Amino acid sequence: MDAASLSKVLYVDLGRKRSWVEEKPQLFENTLGGTGVGIRLLLEECPQGANPLGPENPIIFSIGYLNAIFPLGSKTVAMFKSPLTGNLGESHGGGRSGVAQRMAGYGAMVIRGKSDAPVYLVIDSGGVKIKDASSLWGMNSSSTVGRIIRENEVGAGSRAIMRIGKAGERLISYACVITETYRHFGRLGFGAVFGSKRLKAIMISGRASFSLKDPKLYREAYDDIFNTVTKSPLMKKYHELGTPMNVLSLNMASSIPTKNLQSTKFEGAESLSGESLREKYLGKRAACAHCPVSCIHIAALREPYATEPYFYKTRMISYDYEPIYSLGSMLGIASVDGYLNLMDRVEEVGLDAMSTGVVLSWATEAMEKGLVGNDETNGLLLKFGDYKTYIEAVERLVTPPNDFYRALGKGVVYASSIYGGRDFALAFGGNEMPGYHTGLAAHLGTLVGARHSHLDGAGYAIDQKATASGKTLSPQEAAEELYKEEVWRQTLSSLVVCYFARNIYTPETVARCFKALGKNLMVEELSQIGRRTLRAKYEFKLKEGFSFGGLTLPKRIMEVPTPQGIIKEDDLREGIRAFESLLKKT
Amino acid sequence: MTKRLSVVDVDLCVGCQSCMFACNRRFAEAGLGRSAIHIQSVGGFERGFVVKVCRACRDPPCAKVCPTGAIYKRAGGGVLLNYYKCNSCGNCAKECIIGGVQWDTSLDKPTICVHCGYCVKYCPYGVIRLEELPPGET
Repeated sequence: MDAASLSKVLYVDLGRKRSWVEEKPQLFENTLGGTGVGIRLLLEECPQGANPLGPENPIIFSIGYLNAIFPLGSKTVAMFKSPLTGNLGESHGGGRSGVAQRMAGYGAMVIRGKSDAPVYLVIDSGGVKIKDASSLWGMNSSSTVGRIIRENEVGAGSRAIMRIGKAGERLISYACVITETYRHFGRLGFGAVFGSKRLKAIMISGRASFSLKDPKLYREAYDDIFNTVTKSPLMKKYHELGTPMNVLSLNMASSIPTKNLQSTKFEGAESLSGESLREKYLGKRAACAHCPVSCIHIAALREPYATEPYFYKTRMISYDYEPIYSLGSMLGIASVDGYLNLMDRVEEVGLDAMSTGVVLSWATEAMEKGLVGNDETNGLLLKFGDYKTYIEAVERLVTPPNDFYRALGKGVVYASSIYGGRDFALAFGGNEMPGYHTGLAAHLGTLVGARHSHLDGAGYAIDQKATASGKTLSPQEAAEELYKEEVWRQTLSSLVVCYFARNIYTPETVARCFKALGKNLMVEELSQIGRRTLRAKYEFKLKEGFSFGGLTLPKRIMEVPTPQGIIKEDDLREGIRAFESLLKKT
Repeated sequence: MTKRLSVVDVDLCVGCQSCMFACNRRFAEAGLGRSAIHIQSVGGFERGFVVKVCRACRDPPCAKVCPTGAIYKRAGGGVLLNYYKCNSCGNCAKECIIGGVQWDTSLDKPTICVHCGYCVKYCPYGVIRLEELPPGET
């Protein structure tokens, strides 16, 4: 295979149990792959007004030219219509998914229809096998599902096993897809789309070698990137502390949303900091395929059995900043054991940790304020810090005993529309908020971002930079910075390079990578492609009913001060308008 | 003295597979298909990783079962492969119980480490090293 060629789109129709490959080289040439290809395929495949949980909602996986060719080209883009927001669904996953898909030879995969019985797919360069997953359906543990598929299929080391837990099967609106036990296609309910198709898992594998137009330049460019990555102080921190490197600094700056953002100081910041976890709990580090950074941090939790002295259960549970925020600070859980136990349960049932934490923190405040009572919570007294009750609540989320838990399973916007408390329902564009109360740009970014995610324009980083230089951002400035960042991120996520390497994959470096593959792409061209992809995403969003003017701002974010001061509604509205007009100029 | 690639401490391995990609680049290609070293999990990421690579046996079983003489002993330990003589029977891979013989699926031929040490430069965590093989040791 030629490293510069990406063209195959694999189609699977789960209803008719058929699969075929179509050659679409131009699609990849025009958009670079990944997000660029994914959004075009979504626009093509997903009819306007489609039911996100209906057979007409496609599952799309796409990768790009740098996957498996350059370091940290390790991610895969998933596109779908979100059951959580009823609009654009996009999620990026790592593990071995990006490399395995490139090795299997498919630039993109489109999964249509719905199976009548539970199935899993085995995909390699030879095509697709559709296998019976009836015996895997309803299992309590998503990691057991992974183990069984691992043992039944070949390809160890060269494969990804993407699966859902019970939450996905039961169509919880923020269920995720798990790959390689510790990585996720999180946010926006991709797992529920799997579940709606009765698709339990996908195993994809391959081993391939790619010829190069300029092997010498390839080696030089590769080595420069590899050396920059392995010597970079930031990457070193990702390796040593992982993403929880942020816990202490965000807490110190009073930016870590705590107890449903009633506060920005977390009493557990010290115990749940990257530094303390590394000291006392870190059991193993792991890496995505083709990433020397290895940011995956896995805690070893050793607990005695209550009934059997000197007999221990030791579990390996991964930790990252966002789950520490959502299941730790938002729920007021300062106990590390408590946090890890809750995280483990959320992982095993396959829920998105961020949405789960925000939903439960809203429910806790709703209970505090008397909006809901024992009848609604089915006898659970939700209280900040009480992780045991939250574990019970997670069980009820996936096996709802009543309407309240069914509502919680549809996200915090829906639940607050029934029970009240929208002012403190922390969601933007329907997606539960990420862990940054750093200033205007953070919230503006999640409001206007195509995925309503902190990963869209990384507004928190814009705020932090401004705060560090003693500056207060105007709405116009924040919108411009967000727009610029989001445009470039479309290019990176089309390649598909991990955002952690965003400072290494500069436009010049990306152009050099393409040159080694024999493609001459100018720096300006790369940005243009990013702008076009961003516009295509909003084309989908607008078609599905999104409007900038219709965005709801949760009052809570304007009540609690940030390091950039109190956020004003007028400023947010002005920022939203500024972003909209920047987008229109694209 | 003969050099061989040696696994220093497999518990240091994070499973990034940078060594596998490095090995493939020796052939002036990208990817993994020609790699002679293989990293996989012990059985799920939670349990860590294993490194599968030739350990330069003094009396290599893979050479003994090669019907065409394509695999022959390297002086001091390990083997070399003559692609032209190989008939792709796969005996070598089956006979190597440590999993040290990888398979190049595009060529349909085995791919076996020649102990050049190129991969070592790309292991950020010191899992593997190139060492002198003392006489008499396998």
